[in-house]
Amino acid sequence: MWGIIRQKVGAGGFPVPILEQSLPRLRPAVSAWRRYSSAAKEMTVRDALNSALDEEMSADPKVFLMGEEVGEYQGAYKISKGLLEKYGPDRVLDTPITEAGFAGIGVGAAYYGLRPIVEFMTFNFSMQAIDHIINSAAKSNYMSAGQINVPIVFRGPNGAAAGVGAQHSQCYAAWFGACPGLKVLAPYSSEDARGLLKAAIRDPDPVVFLENELLYGESFPISAEALDSSFCLPIGKAKIEREGKDVTITAFSKMVGYALKAAEILAKEGISAERFVTKQVINLRSIRPLDTATINASVRKTNRLVTVEEGFPQHGVGAEICTSVIEESFIYLDAPVERIAGADVPMPYAANLERMAVPQVEDIVCAVKRACYRSVPMTATA
Amino acid sequence: MALTHRSTNLLKPLSAAVPFTSSLRRLFSTDDATAITVETSVPFTGHKCDPPPRTIDTTPKELMTFFRDMATMRRMEIAADSLYKAKLIRGFCHLYDGQEAVAVGMEAAITKKDCIITAYRDHCIFLGRGGTLVEAFTELMGRRDGCSRGKGGSMHFYKKESGFYGGHGIVGAQVPLGIGLAFAQKYSKEEHVAFALYGDGAANQGQLFEALNMAALWDLPAILVCENNHYGMGTAEWRAAKSPAYYKRGDYVPGLKVDGMDAFAVKQACKFAKEHALKNGPIILEMDTYRYHGHSMSDPGSTYRTRDEISGVRQERDPLERIRKLILSHDIATEKELKDIEKEIRKEVDEAIAQAKESPMPDPSELFTNVYVKGFGVQSFGADRKEVRAILP
Repeated sequence: MWGIIRQKVGAGGFPVPILEQSLPRLRPAVSAWRRYSSAAKEMTVRDALNSALDEEMSADPKVFLMGEEVGEYQGAYKISKGLLEKYGPDRVLDTPITEAGFAGIGVGAAYYGLRPIVEFMTFNFSMQAIDHIINSAAKSNYMSAGQINVPIVFRGPNGAAAGVGAQHSQCYAAWFGACPGLKVLAPYSSEDARGLLKAAIRDPDPVVFLENELLYGESFPISAEALDSSFCLPIGKAKIEREGKDVTITAFSKMVGYALKAAEILAKEGISAERFVTKQVINLRSIRPLDTATINASVRKTNRLVTVEEGFPQHGVGAEICTSVIEESFIYLDAPVERIAGADVPMPYAANLERMAVPQVEDIVCAVKRACYRSVPMTATA
Repeated sequence: MALTHRSTNLLKPLSAAVPFTSSLRRLFSTDDATAITVETSVPFTGHKCDPPPRTIDTTPKELMTFFRDMATMRRMEIAADSLYKAKLIRGFCHLYDGQEAVAVGMEAAITKKDCIITAYRDHCIFLGRGGTLVEAFTELMGRRDGCSRGKGGSMHFYKKESGFYGGHGIVGAQVPLGIGLAFAQKYSKEEHVAFALYGDGAANQGQLFEALNMAALWDLPAILVCENNHYGMGTAEWRAAKSPAYYKRGDYVPGLKVDGMDAFAVKQACKFAKEHALKNGPIILEMDTYRYHGHSMSDPGSTYRTRDEISGVRQERDPLERIRKLILSHDIATEKELKDIEKEIRKEVDEAIAQAKESPMPDPSELFTNVYVKGFGVQSFGADRKEVRAILP
């Protein structure tokens, strides 16, 4: 047992909570600033987002929230619970089911100087409003040479949930990430959720904030620093979730958890093999701007790269990371870049097919082994 | 021919019922005190509201201002036509000549704290909001001193400090944005309104009705102004709209049909609409207007309308001529004085163009400015990333 715990603590200082539900949680005294807190709190992503919204609305009267069911229903996923009671119907607005209309109204309010948070029930519905996100919001500061900036946040769950089918499962990170003038963030943990949402709300530019429905209920440890109302995470900076020296794995949102699980599995296997294979897991946090500096520095150290994402593979986030690394760090690569992404099909409903359409932990393990010459690449069948 | 059968509706003769002051005293053109009463060419038609009266008070000064402003707008658009043909203006150029009364009448009814947002036919609205000829021409020519520093072009003029929020290229998008401006004004507890201008082509856009629904639900001080010039690009209104009575299309939202070629009718309607919106929420104004040019400089404008129709409107309903007749009949200025003013304006416009031509192209570094307000030192790239990169401040 101690061997496993030592591994956990040694790898970045943050225990991985998801897998180890049954193991007792240890509070590592490794990191300096943690010494002051006797017991680290845990917080779900849902509560993290709720507290971030609450604090930013409290701090700045110009911040308001609008979207379907955000008020009286307490939020379709309860992210905005309690906000209507606290701030009233002038600042927490239930909209009709008219995304093009209310996204446009939000952008217009931002033109005037307010700081709207527009919630899409899922980002699949953002396609109805995408003209306002791109043409009215993202490009305005440029076209007006700085006269009209748009301090708006578009947020909501992105990517696949469970069994919701083709029209409700798309990941929009790559599409929004392509657009200059937008900032695109994808939190993973509760600390990410709090820090990045607060940064997004305070940011003077339009931000697309991609949450994940399946992460809302996940609990993560959260530091006292992260609970402070002034806590903000920098936009454009990735986080190294787990240190390692043999391969770099990049991921964002839910896939960070999968990548960490894969790292665990490989670490256990590494104990029995002759070589101890460690993986550096990078939580991108920011899709645009992409922290290519951190990614390249990591690849220059490990010489191997596996990109992981949930969305469609063609023209995806992984494709961008791969090309960026080839441009900046080609001579450092010891193996071709491996890319794990969602299947190149619309999302099926049947549970077994859905499982095949979304990356699983085993897929990441497989890719890492290929990158490290631990397995022979298989040719595709069917 | 099918094209012409509706066009006779556009030729409403100017009302000859312009009151004539019997006094032989010459009214000074700077006189702001003497009240002159004018009547709009036609009465207003209301939808779910009582229309305002068609008699309006004005002053000699206001009449002269209307004349000067509209003549300047007219001259600017005609000059832009020449510049475009000389290839000094590139891309899109949508001209407003014929519709000047809407821009000028609206400005007379409101303040710079009220907001205006419009589509791409925005040059004259920009002037009305306080933009200068030099800023306009320089932007059209894509030079550094343009109102958007050469980065926007014809469709993206802005003047935020005077409440002008652009200048938008996507048909209909400006309407939800304008309702958003009204939302923000109400949120900020200001007693101001937002005018969202759109054409008869945009009037069928779904997002307009989505946003109008919210404006009505939340009682926003939003005024939707349909500048109905009867053609959405090359498609006549009766071919695009099952119901071209755009002032009625708001259904539960009141509306007013206005002669958009009569600056006083426009002024009266906008004044009425502002009072209404501040008390009762959104209202629609349909301005019955006309553009002499085609949809844009790439459209001759005569394949879907007859030259007779165009010249007929110019003869019967020209907004500038209407003001000229009023000025002359009230003895505020002589024919020669008005011609001199027009000559002066022509000279001003020519000088502005000359000055605009002197302005240099934007510096290559401007390719990368204003992408973000806060760029966090992120890298951006040119076509060849190895050759051209920049740090966004």
